[in-house]
Parts: sequence; C-alpha cells; structure tokens
Amino acid sequence: MNPSPESIQNQDYQIPVELRQQVTITTLDRIYNWGRRNSMWPMMFGLACCAIEMICTAASRYDFSRFGMEVMRASPRQADVMIVSGTVTKKMVPQIVRLYNQMGEPKYVIAMGACASGGGPFKEGYNVVSGIDKFVPVDVYIPGCPPTPQALLNGLITLQKKVDHETIKSARWYRSDPVPEIPVPILGPDLIDVRRIEAIRQTIQTLADEAGNRPQEGEA
Amino acid sequence: MNDRLLSSTVDEAVSSRLSGLLTEDTRPGYSGYLVAPENLLEAVQILRDELGFDYLSSVTGVDYLEEDRLETVYHFYRSTGGSGLVLKSSCSRENGRIPSLTPIYPGAEFQEREAWDLLGIRFEGHPDLRRILMWEGFDGHPLRKDWREPYFEEEAKPFKSRWPDGKAVRSEEKTPFGDNVCFPPDFDPQTWQAEPETVIERLQQDEKPLADEEIQTDRIVVNLGPQHPSTHGVFRMTVMLDGETIVSLKPVMGYLHRNHEKIAERNTFLQNMPFTDRLDYLASMSNNFGYAIAVEKLMGVTPPERAEYIRVIMAELTRISSHIMTTGFLLNDLGAFFTPALYALEERELILDIFEMVSGSRMMCNYFRFGGVVRDIPEDVLGRIRQLVTDRLPRKIDELDSYLTNNEIVKTRCQGVGVLTDVQAIAYSAAGPILRASGVPYDVRRADPYSIYDRFDFDVAVQTHGDVYDRYLVRLQEMRESLKILRQALRDIPGGPVLAGKPQYQVRVPAGEAYGRVEGPKGELGFYVVSNGKPNPYRYHVRAPSFINLTSLETMCMHQKVADAVVVLGSVDIILGEVDR
Ligand code: SF4
Repeated sequence: MNPSPESIQNQDYQIPVELRQQVTITTLDRIYNWGRRNSMWPMMFGLACCAIEMICTAASRYDFSRFGMEVMRASPRQADVMIVSGTVTKKMVPQIVRLYNQMGEPKYVIAMGACASGGGPFKEGYNVVSGIDKFVPVDVYIPGCPPTPQALLNGLITLQKKVDHETIKSARWYRSDPVPEIPVPILGPDLIDVRRIEAIRQTIQTLADEAGNRPQEGEA
Repeated sequence: MNDRLLSSTVDEAVSSRLSGLLTEDTRPGYSGYLVAPENLLEAVQILRDELGFDYLSSVTGVDYLEEDRLETVYHFYRSTGGSGLVLKSSCSRENGRIPSLTPIYPGAEFQEREAWDLLGIRFEGHPDLRRILMWEGFDGHPLRKDWREPYFEEEAKPFKSRWPDGKAVRSEEKTPFGDNVCFPPDFDPQTWQAEPETVIERLQQDEKPLADEEIQTDRIVVNLGPQHPSTHGVFRMTVMLDGETIVSLKPVMGYLHRNHEKIAERNTFLQNMPFTDRLDYLASMSNNFGYAIAVEKLMGVTPPERAEYIRVIMAELTRISSHIMTTGFLLNDLGAFFTPALYALEERELILDIFEMVSGSRMMCNYFRFGGVVRDIPEDVLGRIRQLVTDRLPRKIDELDSYLTNNEIVKTRCQGVGVLTDVQAIAYSAAGPILRASGVPYDVRRADPYSIYDRFDFDVAVQTHGDVYDRYLVRLQEMRESLKILRQALRDIPGGPVLAGKPQYQVRVPAGEAYGRVEGPKGELGFYVVSNGKPNPYRYHVRAPSFINLTSLETMCMHQKVADAVVVLGSVDIILGEVDR
C-alpha cells in the first residue's frame, strides 16, 4: 500500500478521475491502518553494532523516511516502533523493558540482527540475554550480523504489512481492560525475571535436594 | 631524567638500577620482569621517574589456576617512543592483594577496577575499587578459569558434542533454570534484597566545589543514559551539578559487556578474528590488524609483502571512515542534528563499499588471517580505491575543513572546552587523538612501528591546547596523513601471494605471551595473548583505547557546563563495543 489515497480506495465505488487525489471511499480499518503504517516512527535507541547499520538506514543513501519512518524519536512516548538493534545484555535489559513499558500504544518491536533475535555470536556469554523476546513481545525478526540496511528496510516493510492486517475491533489498546505492563527484571546475583520467581525458587530447591542426595547414593 | 639511562637499552638500565627488585621472567616464551607485590610500588616509581617509562599502557591479569596464583601484567612505554617493558606481579587466588598503581599512574584506575571485577584481584590503595563492567552484587569473577557461565558446555572449542558430527542442542534446554542464568544455592528470591547503587555516594565523595561560590545552591544529580541520544550507545554518565556546572562526574559502563574475553578463551585462535570485528565496530579492519599482529608474534610468521600493503591500505581507510564519522557526529552533539552527520555518512558509505568488495561484508570484515589476509584485492577495486584516495576524499575533507574549522559556533563551543594537559594525558594513559591533541606526539605507527609503517612518509598530527577543538583538528589532519600513506601504498603495492603458508582453520601457536598493538582510530589498541600450546588462547585481553580514554573524562568535564559534557564525550569518541567488550 503506498501513501497515495487511491491505494485504500474500495474498488466497488467509482470516484470521478478529477477527485481521486482528494476523495476516497474506504473502511475505517483501512484508513486507520493506512495512517499508522505510513508514519512509523522508530525510537532513537541503539544498542550495539547493529545500531550503526540502523543509522546508515536513516541516512541519505537508504533513507527510511521514504517509507514513513520519518524521524527517530529519543523519547519512548513519541515512538511507535522500537528497533532493538544489538546485543541485549543482562545489565541493559531492565532499561529496555522499562522503555518498552513507557511507549504508548500501539507499539511494535523489531528485533534487528542475530543478537536481538536470539543472542547471536555472543549467546554463550554470561552477561548476554538470549534474545529480547525473552522479555518483550517481538513483531518482526531480522536476521543478519549486522543486517544490511536493505534487510532492515525489508523488516520495516514487513511490519507495515502486519499493520495492514490489524483491525480496530480487536486492537489490544482499545479494549477496556488495561494492557498489563511487563515487570522489569531485577539484577541480583544473576538476572531475575520477576515473572519466574517461583520457578527459580523451586529449581534452586531441586538442585539443593539433588546435591544433598548424591553423596548418600555414593555411599550406598 | 637521566640521559644516560634513557639512551641505554632497557635491559641494561633495568639491571643496573633495579637489579635488587626485579627478576627476569624466564618462562619459555615469556619476557619482561617479575616483581614481588611488596616491591612493586618502589620499582614502578623508579621506572617512571628515572627510566622514563611514563606511560602505563595496559594493566591486566591472568589466572594461573594450576599454580594457584593470579598474576597482574603491566605494559609500560615511554611517551617519547621505543619498545616497552613488561612487569608482572603475582598473588594467591584466595584473598590475594596487589598494591594499586593509581597513586603513580592515575590511568590505572579503570583497568584495575576491571581486573578486580573480572578476575577478583584486590588492589590495595585503589580509591574506588568497585565493579565496573558487571553490576554490584553479581556472583563471582567471571574470567577466573574455574568460573563457569550458565551455558557452559566444554572448556574449549570445537565442542565435541557439535564437531565433527554436528548435533545442535538449544542451550536453554541444558541449563536447570531454562535460561542463561545461574543462582547460588543459598539464594532465596523472596527474601533477597538488592544492593543499592553506590555511584551516587561516590559522586558526593568526589565532589569538587566551585572556588568562587557566592550563593549556596543545592546539588542535583543528573543521569545521562544508558538510553540517551548523545551518549553514542548504551553509556551512562552520572553527573552532579551545581546550577549548570559539573562538580562531579562518574561514568557507568558495562551495558554492552558481551564477555568478549571469556568467549575468546574458549574459542580457537582463528575463531576470535570475527569477534574482534565487533569490538570497535566502526573500525573492524584495525581490530583484525592488532589481533593478527599479536598472534603472529607468537607464531613467528611474517605476512608476504603484498599482504602487508593491503593491510595498511585497509587500516588507513578504516581510520578515515572512523574519523570522518566522529567529526560528523561531534556536530550532532553540538546541536546541529543529523545534517552534518549525513555528509560524513556519505563518504563512509563509499569506503564501506570497498570493504564489501574485498571482504564480503560492509562492517564486519573478518578479513585478516595470521600471516596475511584471506583473499586478494581484485584489480578493479584497487582502481576504485585510487580514485577515492586521489580525487574524492581529499576534496571532501577540504570541504569539511572549510565548513567547520572557522565556523563561529564550532569555535565558541569547542575551544577551551574539555581541556586535558599533556602531563594529565600521559598520566591518565590517554591514547590516540586525545593524547596528540594535548601536545604529545605519540603515535604507535611512529613510536614503535609495526607492519611496514616505517616505510611511509607521514607526519604525526599534533596540537597543543588539548581541548575539543584541537581533537577535531588532529582528526582532520590525521585523515590527510592517512591519504598520504594510502597514496604511497597504492603506488608501491607489489604483486604476489597474500598469505604466508596455506590457509588453515587450526593454527599452531607455541606457548608464550605476546602483546600486539596498533594505532587504531581511537588510539593504541593492544591485544595481550597468552598461549599454552593448545588450540585456544589461555588468556586473551584487549587494551581498549576508548575504555581507557574514559578514565580522564571526569577531569575533562570538571567545572564545565553540563551541555559541554556531551560535546567532550563526543570528542573522546567512544565505541561501546570496545568500552565494554
Ligand atoms: S547481530 Fe552482530 S552486528 Fe548486530 S549487534 Fe549482534 S554482533 Fe553486532
């Protein structure tokens, strides 16, 4: 769907040629999505090497403004899409979750590159989170290390296609119940995912039991 | 300083002056001297004051698990040039203590904190021995050889489970917690209390009030980052302000600590090459260069002539692309949002095209190999480089010069801001354009030439004021000098092979240690590699220039306005991949 109003025109109705640039007959969903998909402002927020390719995509050669990512916004309140561009570390992930919570709905997340998608080359590292989707829901994954600017553009266009298929009726941000925030993880002896506290406690218990049993087995 | 001592060789000087304190390191493959911890400070004082080793390049440690000791390793150089001196001191793994060098070399501050954080070496007399890359309250010192990460599989790659048969298992499924985490047995998430962040306390302790304070004002603490558009990544500065003036500043880093060194010690030597790309991701070719030099020193191979020329061409193109980007983004920090950076990025794209043509990737080139480079440059690419170097880039650098150098706003905002004197710069182990802008003509390419840099005719860019403006001027001049080197290299490049021997996946590296250093765009980039003859490095440490350059950030920003701190940081030119590794 291109930005011109003709692209959302319902073909069952005929609009006189001279009015086609000004008047269109369409559905509410279509015009709503058309407006949103053509003004997807990313958050200005770079994590690692992939962020450099994101900057290149914003610069004149690739220029993602052509597709509606007009400006990058430094404030999460003004951004529509968070491009997680780089390695997510344990030390950084509380901040990323907080930024995600601070973004206004509708909001989308793109995991750019191998690191953000699943840990990437640094996955085995002790301070690396194996992909941002462990904490935040991701809409589009872009493979590559780093993905080329073309790949990022393709990812953004894929996100636009996703937006095209949404409908106002089921949009989570128009439901009466509030959208729950994602609990911010805590830095303890290791990264504590607050949603999994009970599981962590049980695992520690099981491990302790196993360790306690083992010497006795040996004796027997 | 004593001239006789300076002119004599290092060994003679050391043996005549320090014979009682130092003993030679005679382990095969090792060099330098050993010193007992109780003699360290005395020896170092003499080294600095009498023998002229005024520049402490790198501080790190090695965990010799089998011998039950931790060894600190120091690399000293003279700011006048020449080869270096390596000093080592060891302590026991349990509760070992080493005196801190910060009273003599303030530049050791962050490096010692890093060694404490990752290796658990306690530095006595350090003013602020906190963790630096990991967070307070993290369990363990990860670079110790007996510390295992949650996704631990085997001590060394290639893992038997995956090679040669190739079975892939998701790491998550193998850990008890189902994720990349591991908790100590006595940890109870319900009753556990987080340790408070100590950085604010430190800010208060180190506050340096303004001298002419007439009105008492409340102090406010401002956090810049880790998500902030002008911190160039995930870097955080906490500043304490009196009005708008900075009275205390503490950098907080580690938000991009990707455990480069731990992973590298499990990798084979060659597997580390692509990881070095991701250190300073704006200058991957330079990183390759430093690592290749360090390992080549151990292996004793020399690359063929053509490879040396290709390496120099790539390293200098990298320098130009990095400097031009820094200059563009400095303007961003001055408030000219994005337009100047677009000019810079345009030129960078042209250089990236060349990298893509020779290596297959725009940013992560992975182009160097031990004993050469991975493949030859196609002839038409050489033509393109020639065209770029003789025609386009000189024009564009002149254009940048004419737009910025005499620009009113640039001058007002940059001159006299973020000053670092030559004495301070050396003491803080600053490197690269920061050091040279402060009037110290120290460039590793000239001071301790590596590869074939001794063949080229170029000047070391140097300025005297040590402010943001002079750093900009140094970068500008350095780009022009790089063009000079490039023109000579393109004129003289011979034909022939580009790799010594045949390509290998597994290189044989004899036991020993080596320190390879190159002049990267950000400064002296060093790789300290210890091999024990196995296919993997026993210890791998990166002397990251942007990390060490941050040691002097507080001094540079002291009593400046908070808006200027952003500019000063821009002029230091940090890349978080390298700061945090
Ligand atoms: S995917 Fe590759 S390029 Fe991107 S952040 Fe990770 S290591 Fe860097």
